Amino acid sequence: MPRKQLNIPCKMEHLSILNEAGEVDNDLEPDIPEDLLLKLYRAMLLGRRFDERMLSLQRQGRIGTFAPTSGQEASQVGSAAVLRPTDWMVPSFREAAAQIWRGAPMENIILYFGGYNEGGRIEDNSKDLPISVPVASQILHAVGLGWAVNYRKTDEVVMTFFGDGATSEGDFHEGMNFAGVYQTPVIFLCQNNHWAISVPRSKQTRSETLAQKALGYGIPGIQVDGNDILAVYAAAKEAVDRARSGGGPTMIECVTYRITMHTTADDPKRYRTDEEVEGWKKKDPLVRFEKYLTDKGVAAKDTFQALETEVKEDIQTAVDRAEELMKKLDDPLHMFEHAYAELPPSLKEQRAELAEELKGMHKEK
Amino acid sequence: MAKMTMVQALNMALRQEMEKDDRVVVLGEDVGVDGGVFRITDGLIDQFGDNRSLDTPLAESAIVGMSIGMAIYGLRPVCEIQFSGFSYHNFHQIENHASRYRWRSQGRYHVPMVLRAPYSGGVRALEHHSESREIYYAHTPGIKMVIPSGPRNARSLLISAIRDPDPVIFFESKALYRAFREEVPENEETLPIGKSQVVRQGSDLTMISYGAMMRPTLEAASELEENDGVQAEVIDLLTISPLDDETFVRSVKKTGRAIIVHEAPRSFGPGAEIAARLVEKAFFYLEAPISRVAGFDIIIPLFSREKSYIPNTQRIVREAKKILNSA
Repeated sequence: MPRKQLNIPCKMEHLSILNEAGEVDNDLEPDIPEDLLLKLYRAMLLGRRFDERMLSLQRQGRIGTFAPTSGQEASQVGSAAVLRPTDWMVPSFREAAAQIWRGAPMENIILYFGGYNEGGRIEDNSKDLPISVPVASQILHAVGLGWAVNYRKTDEVVMTFFGDGATSEGDFHEGMNFAGVYQTPVIFLCQNNHWAISVPRSKQTRSETLAQKALGYGIPGIQVDGNDILAVYAAAKEAVDRARSGGGPTMIECVTYRITMHTTADDPKRYRTDEEVEGWKKKDPLVRFEKYLTDKGVAAKDTFQALETEVKEDIQTAVDRAEELMKKLDDPLHMFEHAYAELPPSLKEQRAELAEELKGMHKEK
Repeated sequence: MAKMTMVQALNMALRQEMEKDDRVVVLGEDVGVDGGVFRITDGLIDQFGDNRSLDTPLAESAIVGMSIGMAIYGLRPVCEIQFSGFSYHNFHQIENHASRYRWRSQGRYHVPMVLRAPYSGGVRALEHHSESREIYYAHTPGIKMVIPSGPRNARSLLISAIRDPDPVIFFESKALYRAFREEVPENEETLPIGKSQVVRQGSDLTMISYGAMMRPTLEAASELEENDGVQAEVIDLLTISPLDDETFVRSVKKTGRAIIVHEAPRSFGPGAEIAARLVEKAFFYLEAPISRVAGFDIIIPLFSREKSYIPNTQRIVREAKKILNSA
């Protein structure tokens, strides 16, 4: 028996449409209506300013630890924008920009990171899952949702978000494998932001791209410039359309960069250089998109200025609302809510113990 | 009524629920064509097709993680982990997610799934095939932990577990699968989760057990009666968590003496919690120290010695006599 070459499909593309200078490749430019382009820009800007505000709230001690999104707006908004409200989004913990695009109230995000469970509440009309902290573990839930979509024969699709670090976790591989086997309509949206806390992308895997992991599972994969919203949008649309029409899962690797820290509890200066960060700041997805919109005549300076004012007002309203809500959410007994459909007797006893204790504290005052 | 083994009774429960409710889907390793290594899912693929009796790839975390997604969507997945000794791969999906989605989403989503897994020793199996680690699940808030002790209650409890709005971990004793037959009615029968049963009345001593250990416990109760005229009350927990302490506290208030029997290692085992509840709620009724007959705090030995590890009738009788004879 000779050694011979096997023909394993091994195609891997990289997609870039809007380059670092904000110049568009006319052949690849997706056909996006002007009003949507402006909406996308507004969502990216809102994501950036919200992130900055969250950071300052954290520094002032008004909220707890949170995971910033700055630099990743194109990856998040460009992909989530392709979903219908009836589709499912399964985020990890660094997707505030995508969550807001999908309609999550900003005050809920503030509340959640302010330490109130109520902030995790998912609106009745939403089909997004709440954020998931253990890395990669949420990927499997997306696959389960996708399996159920096939079972019920609807045309929903599921998009799940995760980072470069997640591709080292078993759940990522198991999820990709199951999705391939069952051909579930799931988009695996990897935001390769180059750093898993302090560990660089090069130490996560020896493989040249993350997208090529898809090949091992028999599903399509593509790498895109994750700071190029047009490329992200185009790749996501292609993947979502394919999934919706029964073509199964796709993995998209968005090559992007986490401009700030992993979470507010971390100091990136310990593990990466200022030069590297400065280099990536030059590839800012917002600056690039602004240039595109200007060149295209969709928006001018006054539009951008008006949007700045508008999003800042929206954020201020959300912060005010969240702080107003926090004052009202002072009942510790809420911690027993949503433990089970119905509290079992032992938990009713424990709840009563705390209630008694709280009554005593009230009296002491 | 047909006489059935626990294997047949569990199969019947799945079949009847799948007939009634198209949200019910079984999945796991070898559960389809092979009908499961213990044949619990035998024939389901023929009746319901491979879309409702799924042979999954070999990955426990994905089996459970996918079940969570299916349950959130609105299905009622019943997944099988081939042996509970392999369920550590998926434990984080239970601890981090199945138990928490209701809480995390503030009631928007919930996870009505069942994880079935064989546990316990006594079948001369390989390493990792004989453990009793129910306490990991019983200790996890947000889930329920159920262990039946015979064909009839296995069938009733499995139906209740499938219909429960919260995630249920359902352990089945391998030693009981084909150990004996019981009359199981064709008509639907359910048992409430979170409720134990007094299966033998008595006034001298309360014996609390569940699952595979119910048989030696009941045998010990009979022996104590025959040889010593002792009337033992025996309680089958059926649900480990949430623990029904009302029933055993009431019993111990009557008998003044309690012995707890389980196969799981003694330290920090279910017996520790039961003893603590008794001390909290029946301390002034106790006439003797609470006794535990349990597995030793070591890894269960390979099968040539497992009989000496697993609590047996003699051990239970001996311990019972100690507390009966104490002042």
